[in-house]
Amino acid sequence: MLHIKDLKASIEDNQILNGVNLEVKPGEVHAIMGPNGSGKSTLASVLAGREEYEVNSGEVLFEGEDLLDLSPEDRARKGIFLAFQYPVEIPGVSTTNFLKSAINQIREYNDLKPMDSVHFLKHIKEKMQLVEIDQSLMSRSLNEGFSGGEKKRNEIFQMAVLEPKLAILDETDSGLDIDALKIVANGVNKLKSKDNAVIVVTHYQRLLNYIVPDYVHVLLGGRIVKSGTKELALELEEKGYDWIKEEYNTTAV
Amino acid sequence: MTDEKKHLEKLANQEYKYGFITDIETDAVPKGLNEDIIRLISEKKNEPEFMIEWRLKALRHWQRMEEPHWPNVTYPPVDYQDIVYYSAPKKKNKLKSLDDVDPELLRTYEKLGIPLEEQKIFAGVAVDAVFDSVSVATTFKDKLGELGIIFSSFSEALQNHPELVQKYLGTVVPYTDNFFATLNSAVFSDGSFVYIPKGVRCPMELSTYFRINAADTGQFERTLIVADEGSYVSYLEGCTAPMRDENQLHAAVVELIALDNAQIKYSTVQNWYPGDKEGKGGIYNFVTKRGACRGANSNISWTQVETGSAITWKYPSVILQGDHSIGEFYSVALTNNFQQADTGTKMIHLGKNTKSRIVSKGISAGKSQNSYRGLVKVMKRAENARNFSQCDSLLMGDQCGAHTFPYIEASNNTAQIEHEATTSKIGEDQLFYCNQRGIDTEQAVALIVNGYAKEVLNKLPMEFAVEAQKLLAITLEGSVG
Repeated sequence: MLHIKDLKASIEDNQILNGVNLEVKPGEVHAIMGPNGSGKSTLASVLAGREEYEVNSGEVLFEGEDLLDLSPEDRARKGIFLAFQYPVEIPGVSTTNFLKSAINQIREYNDLKPMDSVHFLKHIKEKMQLVEIDQSLMSRSLNEGFSGGEKKRNEIFQMAVLEPKLAILDETDSGLDIDALKIVANGVNKLKSKDNAVIVVTHYQRLLNYIVPDYVHVLLGGRIVKSGTKELALELEEKGYDWIKEEYNTTAV
Repeated sequence: MTDEKKHLEKLANQEYKYGFITDIETDAVPKGLNEDIIRLISEKKNEPEFMIEWRLKALRHWQRMEEPHWPNVTYPPVDYQDIVYYSAPKKKNKLKSLDDVDPELLRTYEKLGIPLEEQKIFAGVAVDAVFDSVSVATTFKDKLGELGIIFSSFSEALQNHPELVQKYLGTVVPYTDNFFATLNSAVFSDGSFVYIPKGVRCPMELSTYFRINAADTGQFERTLIVADEGSYVSYLEGCTAPMRDENQLHAAVVELIALDNAQIKYSTVQNWYPGDKEGKGGIYNFVTKRGACRGANSNISWTQVETGSAITWKYPSVILQGDHSIGEFYSVALTNNFQQADTGTKMIHLGKNTKSRIVSKGISAGKSQNSYRGLVKVMKRAENARNFSQCDSLLMGDQCGAHTFPYIEASNNTAQIEHEATTSKIGEDQLFYCNQRGIDTEQAVALIVNGYAKEVLNKLPMEFAVEAQKLLAITLEGSVG
């Protein structure tokens, strides 16, 4: 589904990604871990197409197609979803309206008829139950005045509604208490299928107790230096990142 | 990204969507302004004596006035002698039904999306369509007539109810008021007149579509709405205009009068030709709109969505004379390309326990200049007056300007006046967030802007709110890139 080959990217002339290689197949859950500044969020942003980041070299293929050539909205329409680390507030626009615009632009791109209001409301009601989100959040302005937990839960809710093929969760666990974390993880687990894939970007192992990854990768100095299974995450939790830093003799922190 | 820019450029280069000219013979007076022209206009309209006297007084006063230059707008001098002050579509015969209306005119309405035929069926909206200067079709008159409501063109009102017109005309905006209002008083060609009798709640939104046509014709409407004791009326004014190279001067006057316990809601969606993207052409919109809450517990509310005109100079105001009266002003003013808007309101508190509320949302894009100018004045006798003002500006790009000029004059120390102001920019973060959900930049801007303006749009009657939302989106096409 996703092939990242020797990806190098920079922001404001600082190269952050120094040759990332990763392959994600349908049905898989990958965790990308690493200390602060290792390039985790940069990788998420580059995949989503954030403009400030410049891709210097390398290739990203999504379902065989060159992803880097596509605009951010077209990437989304092809099924890439980014759950933001810092969800953005849009005053005066309700979550419902926002999602209706999103879903219909995605459908239009994929030659589907717009979803009528009746089906749309039924659809979001189902998903609301799935991620245990309160009805009152739907009519409030998107993310405005939401607590940290509400914002993150709203991201997962949006993911549920838009049904992406590849979801990238960027530090979705940060700022969540354990109850909220469970709800978010639960939502992600319910949405998992053999056809879609998830990349969980996180600093801590905590979330991975609830979203169990098939693979864990350690990003360090803009490279994936170590890959393993969920046991690697536990090892990191226990020992921290220093031993890997030493092992790979990198200076990036 | 370059593809997106190209796409945005293409959208930005779109021509004004509602620009077209209808070919109808017009019956116009010669260019220029003098007593003979005024007499000619008055004669053509067969007006009562008091009207011509009033017009002439206004003309004489105007001749001694100077054009004001304090607004934050710039434009080349207007040659007032180079304007045709009256043009009416030629009547081929007396109009009894829609079948008698010039088919060309009906086609114009169709293009504008004002299907008179359908409106008859849809009910709820009575349309007094002003084409150029003379009303040519009025519907729902009978139904309104049963309730004693008068809703007609100003000319008809002068024929049928001269005593009502004489009683109220100029009592809110006197003919000496300001340069443009005085000019209007001298030359106004037509407009609308509404009278709601005591205790009557007008069962439908009264709606007038103004449309400027006929090259070189200044448009000077006059609207007078009187809500008698305990009555209620909601009035809609909406407009589109055909494309023009010459600047067209528009100086309308609207007077509202609310007596004891009466309520008037006046909503406007204004979309006149703003000029091309180089700033050429476009309409000069110099309007005087004022309401008087003359009676106790009366209420006047202005809601406007301003997206058009090259220059807008407009301050819908309320004079709060009656005790416990309420004045409201809700405005969205959007400027793009080289448009200039200097708009706001005046709330003059005279009565006791009077309240006013101002919500102004400015949106500037392109190289436009958008100013809010507002006055809250509390007079000596106005015990316990209260005002709340919220003035927000939204900027798109870095070549536009947003300005706020709030004036507060309180002569009574029991007054409570609150003023809040914010300035924000549409953020890259917001746009990226929308893009990441599959929403393209153009629609993202529309969403964000409509969200920003929501508090005002919510004040509009339903059918207008939908139109206004579309207008905001169309006007902003291609303004972010």
